[in-house]
Amino acid sequence: MMDLDKIERDLMKEVSGVTGIPEGAYNFRVNGKSIGRHSSEKIDIIPKTDKSGIEIYVADGTKNEIAHIPVIISASGLEEAVYNDFYIGDNCEVTIIAGCGIYNCGASDSIHDGIHTFHVGKNSKVYYIEKHCGIGPGAKKILNPTTRLNLSENSCAELLLEQIKGVDSTRRLTEADLAKNARIVIKERLFTHGKQSADSKIVAELKGDGSSVDIVSRSVAQDYSRQKFCSQIIGAAKCRGHSECDAIIMHKAQVSAEPSLDAQNVDAELIHEAAIGKIASEQLIKLMTLGLSRRQAESQIINGFLK
Amino acid sequence: MLQIKGVSYKSILKGVSFSINAGDLIVITGPNGSGKSTLAKCIVGIEKIDSGELLFKGEDIREKSCTERARLGLAYSFQQPIHFKGVTVRDLLMIAAGNEKVDKYLKKVGLEPELYLDREINSSLSGGELKRIEIASVIARKAELYIFDEPEAGIDIWSFGNLIKVFKDMRKRQPNSAIVIISHQERIMKIANRIILLKDGKIALSGSADKVLPQLEKMQ
Repeated sequence: MMDLDKIERDLMKEVSGVTGIPEGAYNFRVNGKSIGRHSSEKIDIIPKTDKSGIEIYVADGTKNEIAHIPVIISASGLEEAVYNDFYIGDNCEVTIIAGCGIYNCGASDSIHDGIHTFHVGKNSKVYYIEKHCGIGPGAKKILNPTTRLNLSENSCAELLLEQIKGVDSTRRLTEADLAKNARIVIKERLFTHGKQSADSKIVAELKGDGSSVDIVSRSVAQDYSRQKFCSQIIGAAKCRGHSECDAIIMHKAQVSAEPSLDAQNVDAELIHEAAIGKIASEQLIKLMTLGLSRRQAESQIINGFLK
Repeated sequence: MLQIKGVSYKSILKGVSFSINAGDLIVITGPNGSGKSTLAKCIVGIEKIDSGELLFKGEDIREKSCTERARLGLAYSFQQPIHFKGVTVRDLLMIAAGNEKVDKYLKKVGLEPELYLDREINSSLSGGELKRIEIASVIARKAELYIFDEPEAGIDIWSFGNLIKVFKDMRKRQPNSAIVIISHQERIMKIANRIILLKDGKIALSGSADKVLPQLEKMQ
């Protein structure tokens, strides 16, 4: 199987759930190199020749297939920008499990910029799961993901974007263009602590009649960490857009939310909601009356919130 | 089980004294602002009393937190159910019950487990549903003293009979526990072995349902 040490294996499991060779297509990238790649009958993974990254081709009509493309960095000071392009045919239903884990015990920052571009064919559905985490006592663990999606007619994408812990700095950009009757659900979960910072921007442009977007961002900022969340929904057709940003702020953290709606069509129905606040004392008290300590109650509320 | 001796809190409670014994089902009633909920919160440790004594099974619990009091065997059902984002009905009941199977507690309050266990405890649920989940979370505790603050609030008339059955059943199955219900409902008062009328932070009347109910009627 893959030649990974225990820390790398644990990180791999944390960000992708992978503990061995998975079924279906995969590409495992460790410290800037592919250490395992496999194409399936219907999902072809080809390395790029002009820059770092892969191209993933999903054949028309592919159903119930999963592709794993996790990234692990354990070499301190490694900086990389990786370009992965996904070409998903018509009438597909596939799951892409990405994610990146950085272990840094050295003196130099480790940085991974993952730029993912999806071209989703007509009537197709794609689930995209991306988890990020950092561990190790060394210099900074920095992750800057960019995810772009072009959604064809009647296609659908569901994104779960999670930053679990330990990422010192992140600049996240998620952009989607939606054609007629296309739909996207973007769930983002961000947790920052210490002196970490996280900037997240999500832009959805609803270009086709009947298209819709649902953005649900939940985040927790602890200690001295700082978060900024911007969502922008552009309704250029008869469409529906909803953005919801909830943040729990603790200790000396700072959180800002800037939801923006841009209706360019009289039939665009766009809504945003944003709420930032500390954990409600009555929630803590309720759980404490059930026997949890204050700390356990806080942890329960945060874990549930980010679930 | 619990001795409340001369308990005062701000200007809300003024020297309240009474005892709760194993097997008791006590209803505390009284006008709005008479201190009923405050007294309950003082007993379970949400509020800290200014003076007086609270002895639970002989132990002074005045300095104990609500976590410690919960672990000693005190359980409290809030008048206003608490909303959570992300915490499901299953999560809440499992915390309350200590990870045992929790379906039965929902069934007891008339909710179908498969319809509710995985739902978040938030405004997507009706007030009555939230109230029943709140009651279920308290029933799920293996407590010695249960306090329910206006359990009938928000409960429809069809579920009300079921609620009374829940209290009767608890009393039968847990004879060594005690139940205190803050309520204005005569049907609930009728199942109590003692009724306490709280007025202006003081006990104005106390005794069996037979003795107190006629006097309450005269007062109205």
